[in-house]
Amino acid sequence: MITAEQKPMQEIIQYIAPYSKILLVGCNECVTVCAAGGRKEVGLLASALHLNHLKQGKTIDIKEITLERQCDPEYVEELAPYIDGVDAVVSMACGCGVQTVAGRYKKSPVFPAVNTRFMGASLGQGVWAERCKGCGDCVLGITGGICPVARCSKHLFNGPCGGTSNGQCEIGPETDCAWRLIWERLKELGMEDRYEDLMNAKDWRPGGAAGPGKIIREDLA
Amino acid sequence: MNTQSRLEKILASGELAVTSECGPPRGARPEKVKEKSALLKDHVDGINVTDNQTAMVRMSSFAAAVIIKQMGLDPIMQMVARDRNRLAMQSDIIGAYAFGINTMLCLSGDHAKFGDHPMAKGVFDIDSVQMINMVRRMRDDETFQGGAKIDGAPKMFIGAAANPFADPFELRVMRLAKKIKAGVDFIQTQCIFNLDKFEEWMKGVTDRGLDKKVHILAGITPMKSVGMARYMKNKVPGMDIPDTVIKRLEGVSKQQQPEEGIKMAVESIERIKQIKGVHGFHIMAIEWEEKVPQIVEQAGLYPRPKV
Amino acid sequence: METFEPEIVAFCCHYCAYTAADMAGSKRISYPSNVKIIRVPCTGKVDAIHLMKALEIGADGVYVAGCLAGDCHFKNGNVRAEARVNRVKKMLTELGWEPERVAMVKLSAGMGEQFAETARKFTETIRKLGPGPGKRTGIDDRAAS
Ligand code: SF4
Ligand code: SF4
Repeated sequence: MITAEQKPMQEIIQYIAPYSKILLVGCNECVTVCAAGGRKEVGLLASALHLNHLKQGKTIDIKEITLERQCDPEYVEELAPYIDGVDAVVSMACGCGVQTVAGRYKKSPVFPAVNTRFMGASLGQGVWAERCKGCGDCVLGITGGICPVARCSKHLFNGPCGGTSNGQCEIGPETDCAWRLIWERLKELGMEDRYEDLMNAKDWRPGGAAGPGKIIREDLA
Repeated sequence: MNTQSRLEKILASGELAVTSECGPPRGARPEKVKEKSALLKDHVDGINVTDNQTAMVRMSSFAAAVIIKQMGLDPIMQMVARDRNRLAMQSDIIGAYAFGINTMLCLSGDHAKFGDHPMAKGVFDIDSVQMINMVRRMRDDETFQGGAKIDGAPKMFIGAAANPFADPFELRVMRLAKKIKAGVDFIQTQCIFNLDKFEEWMKGVTDRGLDKKVHILAGITPMKSVGMARYMKNKVPGMDIPDTVIKRLEGVSKQQQPEEGIKMAVESIERIKQIKGVHGFHIMAIEWEEKVPQIVEQAGLYPRPKV
Repeated sequence: METFEPEIVAFCCHYCAYTAADMAGSKRISYPSNVKIIRVPCTGKVDAIHLMKALEIGADGVYVAGCLAGDCHFKNGNVRAEARVNRVKKMLTELGWEPERVAMVKLSAGMGEQFAETARKFTETIRKLGPGPGKRTGIDDRAAS
């Protein structure tokens, strides 16, 4: 999933300072799962913004709505009936959602209320960790199911570097060395000899080096 | 012989090679490079020029290597994967070679987190193994990494680092094998303090016959003080400093610690000389370059052979 | 300002604090009538939004009263409630409101006296802080809407 975290309150407050009618839009997908921008968080942020305005002795009109998927024009269309009645939109979706809304409603300023962080997986209640960088040419099949791009701090394809100690990455003890994990997994799978295969310099084009990525499926388009 | 590298010539002659290093200054002070290199000039066969070592901005290794070259000495230009993509690497390699720099060292580089620009984005377009392969192909196949022919290919003698002490230990020989496969000519190891472990690693290396395919220069660092030893043990990633080293330094007075450190370095060299497959020494006297000649002399590695 | 009587909402766990409040009542241990008790099956059910909304629509202070550490009937509802209270404290601080307006307390069913004491102390704290966010302008219209 795409993970996100709410922006500092003061940043959001500054964005909306000039406006008195706000459409606050959450998303039911990833940001709901990582508790950054789902229905609950929309309610909480709305409440916080009210408390802020009460502090200033002002009021603010906030329309709360949480879409099924904010990165999908079909659902973003659901905002149409409200958009003319507000001065600005605050989106709690990931950057993809924010841009879909901004692209559809060109006359309304759209502000992000979350910082989109990474593509990750849940490690347990309230903990998420980066797992994929969308390199466009997945090598998990030869690295024992552990991503060297997202999980090695130096994106090494022929690791580990000399900095690993006690199985942890040189950047610090909170991070497992991806190449230690790869090696252990290869051993478990009885594929140790694979380790000495040289992994060639990567073609970064599918992962973004060729410019913004785009997928066109003729059979669906 | 593949190159004009003095280091290659020494190693080919079967003599033990000696290299040392010079960290470029943090400012436009060419005289600092000259001072440091002058201290080393008669006692080593090559001077490593570090590349933004520990992720701190310094004079570029390319520029400092040119200064050293112009002194008539032999720089070993280090290059880290952290700061350049493959275009920048190749253009710098050609540029350096155009100045007569014919020996280089391919490294991943410390993570930017440790340096003075922790907010920087690391490049890591290719890794150190892929860099070795790229430089070898530039030399032997006269082609760029992208496939085009080079008009005037740089003939670099290619080095890399190896850390026999990082874990998983069992991978350390395999990773060396991988670098050899990629085309590395010589290896400078991480500073050796745990000699037993180093011997164990070298045994793994010779058992596979890898010592026939690559020249291994053992890394030696003299300890200036017990404080330095403790710092390296606790703070520097990938270091293996046995307690015996710390105890021995603790056993002498503060004034005697530097001398004891040098003695220990010389003893290490003597012992490592006996290990099969070691072809030389890389002496890293961190901010203590003036002591390198003394170590080289006391270890019986002086005078350096003429090639 | 002299006549300010704080309105306080206390979310009380059915298994402990609520029973403690009951006991306080039956033993005739008095506690301020400012405190309005909302019984919850477990403080783990109390969400940050409940605390925020209470403040928004007029409460001057809110606290959550759950079981003693390790005694939660549902394992760790009290721990989660405390984490949420802390989160709301942080939000209030960011917004320029006093974090003391929300609190977490832990009681057992038998602690009637302590329940009353907590209610008194919290009421005094809030009295000193003065009216809460919802007591400011415009709130009545909005709360009614
Ligand atoms: S190899 Fe590429 S696609 Fe596969 S998990 Fe890693 S970044 Fe994602
Ligand atoms: S320690 Fe491991 S994960 Fe960290 S940069 Fe080195 S190889 Fe990658």
